[in-house]
Amino acid sequence: MVRSNKPILWLPFAAGGLVSALIIPVLIAITGVLLPLGLIHLPYAKLVATVHNPIVKVVFFGVIALSAWHAAHRMRTAAHDLGLGGGIFVKTICYGSAILVIFAATIALLLL
Amino acid sequence: MSRRPFIRKMRRSWWLRRRRTLFYMMRELTSLFIGLYSALLALGLVQLARGSQAWDSFIALITSRGGVIFQLLCFAFALFHSVTWFAVTPKAVPLSAPAKAVIGAHYAVWAVISVVVLLLAGRFVDGSIQ
Repeated sequence: MVRSNKPILWLPFAAGGLVSALIIPVLIAITGVLLPLGLIHLPYAKLVATVHNPIVKVVFFGVIALSAWHAAHRMRTAAHDLGLGGGIFVKTICYGSAILVIFAATIALLLL
Repeated sequence: MSRRPFIRKMRRSWWLRRRRTLFYMMRELTSLFIGLYSALLALGLVQLARGSQAWDSFIALITSRGGVIFQLLCFAFALFHSVTWFAVTPKAVPLSAPAKAVIGAHYAVWAVISVVVLLLAGRFVDGSIQ
């Protein structure tokens, strides 16, 4: 059997597709609709205390990392379909920006 | 073996010409908005870690007119992503259960998670600091 490293790329892609489908809409409803309407408030101290919980940290990390990876992998293939090629440039932009987002979220969660 | 394989020229806008391919490209482009919103979440965590002033500027950003329009756009694409992802799951993951049951189960889990997250967010309704 031919071995391939592709599952390393698409397993988090598939997991990210599922996780983002299940949770991103309700998160946007909170931050993009309920918050601007004033139906919900996110005061600094209260949110810091909430994010201090390790379970909340793991959830945030999982949602952000998997969603970012999902987007990077899918945009890479979409870029190919859009005639932008699938070379190192497209890969660097897609996976590079996902790694940047995951890195930033990880540092922030470790500091919180 | 020929070293000059035939490559058919295609316009970059090929997907705009048919409804099916337009739908396909819209479906794939949902991931751009999923990625952008996850970047916004990461930015929120960074600003939270930087302190209360940075956090307040982040809140100002996401409640500004531009922030809301951006998030509503993300919301529309996120909903489209959820619906199309669930629809494709029985094709990508062949299970013995009927496709309708698999899709229905996904919608049920989606509803439960959404309600649970909204209930958890209920802690933030009154605006008290603690």
